[in-house]
Amino acid sequence: MAFIARRFGFYLAAVWAAVSINFMIPRLMPGNAIDAVLGKFQNLTPAVVKSLEAEFGFHPKGSIFSQYLQYWNDVIHFNLGVSTSQYPTHVSTIIGQTLPWTLALVGVATVLSFTIGTSLGIVAGWRRGGVLDRVMPALTLLQAMPYFFLALLLIYLFAIVLGWLPYGQGYELGLTPGLNLPFIGSAITHSILPAVTIIATSIGGWMLQMRNVMLTTISEDYILVAQAKGLSTRRVMFTYGARNAILPNIAGFALSLGFVVAGALVMEIVFSYPGIGLTLYNAVTSSDYPLTQGIFLVISLAVLTASLLADIAYALADPRARSRSAF
Amino acid sequence: MGPTRFTAPARLAAKPAAVLGSVASTWRRLPLKAKVGVVILAVFIVLAIFGPALAPYNASAITSQATPTPPTIHHLFGTDNSGGDVLSEMLVGIRSTVEVGLFTGVIATFLSVLIGTAAGYLGGYADEGLSLFSNVVLVLPALPLLIVILAYEPHASTFATILALSAVGWPWGARVIRAQTLSLRNRDFVLAAREVGEPAWRIIVFELIPNQIGLIAASFVGTVLYAILTSVALAFLGLTNLSDWSLGVVLYWAQSGSAVELGAWWWYVFPGMAVAILGMSLVLINFGLDELSNPRLRSSATLLRVGRRSWRPTDPTPVVRDYASAVKP
Repeated sequence: MAFIARRFGFYLAAVWAAVSINFMIPRLMPGNAIDAVLGKFQNLTPAVVKSLEAEFGFHPKGSIFSQYLQYWNDVIHFNLGVSTSQYPTHVSTIIGQTLPWTLALVGVATVLSFTIGTSLGIVAGWRRGGVLDRVMPALTLLQAMPYFFLALLLIYLFAIVLGWLPYGQGYELGLTPGLNLPFIGSAITHSILPAVTIIATSIGGWMLQMRNVMLTTISEDYILVAQAKGLSTRRVMFTYGARNAILPNIAGFALSLGFVVAGALVMEIVFSYPGIGLTLYNAVTSSDYPLTQGIFLVISLAVLTASLLADIAYALADPRARSRSAF
Repeated sequence: MGPTRFTAPARLAAKPAAVLGSVASTWRRLPLKAKVGVVILAVFIVLAIFGPALAPYNASAITSQATPTPPTIHHLFGTDNSGGDVLSEMLVGIRSTVEVGLFTGVIATFLSVLIGTAAGYLGGYADEGLSLFSNVVLVLPALPLLIVILAYEPHASTFATILALSAVGWPWGARVIRAQTLSLRNRDFVLAAREVGEPAWRIIVFELIPNQIGLIAASFVGTVLYAILTSVALAFLGLTNLSDWSLGVVLYWAQSGSAVELGAWWWYVFPGMAVAILGMSLVLINFGLDELSNPRLRSSATLLRVGRRSWRPTDPTPVVRDYASAVKP
């Protein structure tokens, strides 16, 4: 329990850092971004400019400390300001519409990639020098490949040359989003190529780490003893080998989430998938600073929450972790 | 002391030869994977130096042509939608991509070593604070953070990109180096140096860092890979300086010129493969360094096949359930 409490404290510190960075970036960057945005609204009377400033949270009044407190108050109430590119929609409304797409796609793809990659790694490590072990270098090419490049190749091959799968958008235009069969079917077929991209580029990492730890684990004495006792190969491989070898993979899960999210963001932009990555991109290209920062905050909080969950899973799986240092 | 004592000049004169000798012996010990990786990386570095001079056409020349043309004998990698030669654009662009990778690698690794060894050696509150700091930076999603920073500095210069990439790229290495420092700090040679009264910075620079040079090298290679992939992604999104060619910028123009929809595969496949091959060379080097320090990871041909598993001669005696299949002619 002490382990989880310390981890919880760590993530609180990380949340504090994320919010503070978000507060500081616009105040530290050179150039007046606000004037650039206000320049878009032509022929404004000073009164209107003033009300816009108040509404967007630009040119804030008071000391930096009172601004900081005000910012925290806004964050706690999910009051992230108003989008300038989709005026007058609130940032939190836009995020609420796009986040579910990303969560569903990236969540499912990451869990699949972790499960498949880890299982393949177990087998590759157990049968060292076997077929699976020999194809590993090919997977590393995938790992070193930019996500978006693989996405472009998949689109060209499966969507344009073969015409098997659709790409672009999250569902067929003209369908009403909701719990109806055509929409769900369309949403699933539109998500296959993006999901394959995420899985293909991240599976190699899970597999490699699992294989390497598995190699170290199966030369332990207790594996030899288990085999000498005459236990079935499957039992030795999974209950004795993999059960112990998987721990670094679970621990690594929290740390690699950032990479998965990064890949998913770029992937969404290539596929025009209506998730939070595409929204972030559109916000950046249209200098919509409130939306950009709101999205960064939400992504950070989501990653931190997922990391905390992975850490709890690790603590449950490894009794030794509970007595170790929190970092 | 032995009977032969080098005088100072003689020792200095012997140094280049000794350095060459140690480089050669390290090269011999490298696994094949790492050698392949080093050779590919060397080719890219040569291209980064001489690429712009080798480019057959002016990369930024614009003709009246409106559609990309497939590879021909004149344009080996085809042309883009303004008549630019893709091969020339790549040859010019490799320099910037490799530059960003190597400089970020140097700066971020320097920070990793500084913070990692300081945290590990000093211990106590300094360690708690520095570890907390690096883990917080590590757990924050890097790419969204970079996108937000670069959003305020549109089309940032290469220098600004390198600084931003270094600022978020150091914690991974710092974590690994801190762990290694923790295991080194109570070794006899460190205790001896402390007993003699050497200051902390001297112990860190002359005792701790030279003893984890392999780890630092691996961390450097990993950081270069991260910097190359991330900078290419940022350029692809159009967030870096688009007037300077880099592999990511070539890909950006391909995407914004809808190369995929036009079926102009040569426009993005060649630069994309260049990034992938460059990345793969770094992955291979890191595998090689891993295997050098952990022989169990090697999958060499010396493995003994018994049953359906391969064994290393040093492994414990295998227990084989089915003897019939185990004995192969």
